[in-house]
Amino acid sequence: MGRFFVRRLAFALLLVVAVSSSALLLTRLAPGDMTSELGLRARPEEVARTRARFDLDRSPAAQLGGWALRAARFDFGESFLYSRPVGGLIRRAAGNTAVLALAALAIATLAGIPLGIITGSRRGALAGAIRTASLVCLSIPPLLTSLLLLFIASRTGWLPTGGMTSVDAVDAGWLAWMLDVARHLPLPALALALPLAATFERLQAQAMTETIHQPFVVAALARGVRGRQLLIDHAWRASLRSMCAIYGLAIGALLSGSFVVEYVTAWPGLGRLMYEALRARDVYLVAGCAAMGGVFLAFGSVVSDLLLFAADPRVREGQTA
Amino acid sequence: MKTAGRVLLMAIVLVAAAAPWLAPNSPDRQFDGYLFAPPTRVHVAGAGGGAYFYPMRIVSRLERRFEEMRDRPVALAWFDGRLLSSADEQAPLLLLGADSYGRDIFSRLLYGSRASLGLAVLATLAAMLFGAAIGGVAGFAGGTIDEALSRFSDFVLVLPAIYVVLALRAVMPLVLPPGRVFALLVGIFALVGWPIVARGVRGIVASEREREYVTAGRALGAGPLRLLGVHLLPATRGYLSTQATLLLPSFILAEATLSYVGLGFPDTVPTWGTMLHDASNVALVADAPWMLAPAAAIFLVVLAVNLLVQGSGRSPVQLEP
Repeated sequence: MGRFFVRRLAFALLLVVAVSSSALLLTRLAPGDMTSELGLRARPEEVARTRARFDLDRSPAAQLGGWALRAARFDFGESFLYSRPVGGLIRRAAGNTAVLALAALAIATLAGIPLGIITGSRRGALAGAIRTASLVCLSIPPLLTSLLLLFIASRTGWLPTGGMTSVDAVDAGWLAWMLDVARHLPLPALALALPLAATFERLQAQAMTETIHQPFVVAALARGVRGRQLLIDHAWRASLRSMCAIYGLAIGALLSGSFVVEYVTAWPGLGRLMYEALRARDVYLVAGCAAMGGVFLAFGSVVSDLLLFAADPRVREGQTA
Repeated sequence: MKTAGRVLLMAIVLVAAAAPWLAPNSPDRQFDGYLFAPPTRVHVAGAGGGAYFYPMRIVSRLERRFEEMRDRPVALAWFDGRLLSSADEQAPLLLLGADSYGRDIFSRLLYGSRASLGLAVLATLAAMLFGAAIGGVAGFAGGTIDEALSRFSDFVLVLPAIYVVLALRAVMPLVLPPGRVFALLVGIFALVGWPIVARGVRGIVASEREREYVTAGRALGAGPLRLLGVHLLPATRGYLSTQATLLLPSFILAEATLSYVGLGFPDTVPTWGTMLHDASNVALVADAPWMLAPAAAIFLVVLAVNLLVQGSGRSPVQLEP
């Protein structure tokens, strides 16, 4: 079991290193660089100075090596776009994305799993209605949900349309700031959560239908276990194994979806930062964003392993899953 | 359910194919004085018997307010080179209103389906071809080749696809002719999509390889290429058609996302993505909801595919954008 986790951690580390260095190399080797952002009339010495500042005058290998050595000491270089250390920018953006993703994950879990248990174990009008709603939600990916919710919000005025804070909330103190963020959060979180909730519902329903016909459930029924206890303690617990694997994938979906949602609703997260960095060829900011994305992915896979560990005694006892 | 999905998909393909005949106007024609014009209301029974409508006249440019000219009804012309068009050149029939350049949204939607669907279909074919070839080689060869190819495709699979697409597109020159953009996007989507196909094909080929008919083929003198192409790859047909239903909607969305953030087709080319890009101004869309028509089109395609998937007993999932 210990070896299992050491291997997973090694994989996670490798992922972060591989993702960030390939992002850096891709940005570096592609035609053009950030100096085109200086404008056509930039003086040659200014262009040369900028290139030197971001190590573009060194060979790609030397640049990568130097960056990796500094990154190992948590110095991720400087951003061209913001003229600030990349580390701070990334931390902020990653925090914002994490808030958004966790809120969406919570909504999706709280809605998707119980509904999936219902549709997976029952027949009738209610289950049919949920199934239809879920199929519809599944067909509205985050790009469309965010546009749609934004449209509804701007028509009704129920929720602020985009951004994470209002202009005046920045100086109004800690509590007011929190409340302001809480007002801005529901729209992007819901946009991200709806398709995910539908996915959870469908997969939970499938897992539930599969387990409910297994002999041990029939045996429990024969022993006199009834109703909710049979459904939750016996069938649902056994179906959890396949759901845990989904959570590892969900992190990838949340990251992908959060890019679109952040872009549409102007949420200042990692996806937006990555987009800006890519467009400006901001080498170190791209590499930093990619590294942070890799950390998120690795975190997701570790969490998914831990969940599996908690849900399935067979994994705990060292048998292969 | 399966039939419903199939019928819907067929209808969409037919509409895309017949776009020049179905569209009332040219997709590029800009109607002066019709910027953000609302959808034309068609009155079915006129005094002369045929259908007619009242042309719009702009009342206030600032408020974008329009008024129907009740005193001069315009008849609709059937089968006049197109299925349905306005009898008066100067009074356009705008079934879904006009966009920010005064272009007919309905006609652009029809023409846009050609680019959006064509791109997605070509990219799906390319990804499957690529994935089947690599997966087939990996499963057939085994050993080190298998190990290396599988590790690499696993690595690409972990990454959130939209970021890879974004990174690959962003490092290419921003302004390209539409034809080049089309080819570039097909290439990028295929690059991102192949690993998921390759992994499944590899598994099937690796297990089929041990079957007697392959040994028999080998005994009869079939070379590795013939064994792979004629005997093994056909076994993956069912799996490939499953994958196509996963890839197709995600590629349609990827195009929409890229064009929405300004990294896809230029604005002059009608695709569902560029049309959504035109609708990205929240304040404008609140008063002109018909600009979200492409979102409805994307929804219909994804729904059709999901109905197909659900109808064949699998769970549709939305784990990528």
